[in-house]
Amino acid sequence: MSTTEPIALVPVEVTVNGQWYRREVEPRLLLVQFLREELRLTGTHIGCDTTYCGACTVLLNGAPVKSCTVLAVQADGSEILTVEGLEQDGKLHPLQTAFSEHHGLQCGYCTPGMLMSAHALLAANPEPSSKDIRKAIQGNLCRCTGYQNIFKAIEAAATELRGKG
Amino acid sequence: MYPAPFRYHRAASVEAAIRQLSELGEGARALAGGQSLLVWMKMRFGDFTDLVDIGRISGLDTIEQDAAGVRIGALATHARIARSPLAKLLPIVGDCANGIADNQVRSRGTIGGSLASGDPACDWPVLLTTLDAKLHTQGPDGKRDLPVDGFVEDLYVTKLKPGELITGISFAMPARGSAGAYVGFKRCAPAYPTISVGVQLSLKDGQCEDIRIALGSAGLTTIHARAAEAELRGKTLTPASLARAADAAVDECDPVEDQRGSIAFKQSIIKVLVKRGIETARRRSQGETVEVSHEYY
Repeated sequence: MSTTEPIALVPVEVTVNGQWYRREVEPRLLLVQFLREELRLTGTHIGCDTTYCGACTVLLNGAPVKSCTVLAVQADGSEILTVEGLEQDGKLHPLQTAFSEHHGLQCGYCTPGMLMSAHALLAANPEPSSKDIRKAIQGNLCRCTGYQNIFKAIEAAATELRGKG
Repeated sequence: MYPAPFRYHRAASVEAAIRQLSELGEGARALAGGQSLLVWMKMRFGDFTDLVDIGRISGLDTIEQDAAGVRIGALATHARIARSPLAKLLPIVGDCANGIADNQVRSRGTIGGSLASGDPACDWPVLLTTLDAKLHTQGPDGKRDLPVDGFVEDLYVTKLKPGELITGISFAMPARGSAGAYVGFKRCAPAYPTISVGVQLSLKDGQCEDIRIALGSAGLTTIHARAAEAELRGKTLTPASLARAADAAVDECDPVEDQRGSIAFKQSIIKVLVKRGIETARRRSQGETVEVSHEYY
């Protein structure tokens, strides 16, 4: 008995990468589609679309989430950080630099999600063990690298960020 | 991949959610973290015309413990429970909470949603059956307390009535000397377990005084392995008695063949995990620190 009458749009207000946005959306719009299609922030990728691969990972009020499994309306009133928000004043974030230097990507499809999961890890735990790093990205699949260079990159970024602190 | 169109309603309180769900009728469903529900809806599994978002109702995500027992609000996320002092105090709770899916899913998914989904692969129903927990609900006809054991009646079918919400769960603090473990086996972090097992036991003079064993993904609902428990209650834990309990658990389970493996494969996993769960709980009951959780292929 799915509904055939027009569905009322719902207002959504969010702050993404420090910028405030307001849109009226269909309730079924997923957060990843809201970011990509409404806000044109296409850095966040849609991979499996089934809560599996983690390519769509963003930080919702600081917590990593798979944005293919969050409704835009659920994010109303939230602060969101996407991969576009990592770079500051034209300078790559240390995590981004480390992924580049350590060859932590090949095709790059999983990279935005990897970066956001790694960012959440380092915000909560500036000195992660190698096991902590592995656990932090267990919800992010990479089909190119075999992960070793991703681990190295996150370790290197952690060291770099501690040095700055 | 969009879910089919639905209307969205936001509930400000439990009472308001019950009223909205009752008024909207059969096509309405409560939305908490959405980590099961939204996945189902994208696959057109279920036909929902209205979602009532209960995710913002305040006061439903608390985790409280005292000498008498533990109370957890329905909206407590897996991540919140994993980080709580409770997960340290009762390692079986930490095993479970930390092993569910991955960080991203744990950020959003709730203990109440895990129960309400009626999915035999979800971990909380198994853990809470092991701990003989009660589930608290509120609906148009008032409040109810139900045992978690038996709450899921069939695949995706629970005892919840129309308009009724799970508000929380509670269980008695395990007695001194009682210890538990929750172990699972899965393809990778975001996958549901191929099999999961919860064990809570207490030993006295080298004998198993009491034991509870529950299994997930091992049938159409959570399996409370009473025959396996009977093999060990009042007996000494030996490799032979553990093997008898594991065989009894296999007989009580009814796993289906699916993408996670054949029936024979799952039966072999059941045997290993039942023994591992019992052995881990035994070591913990003797004061040893043992780290376990879900393991991957």
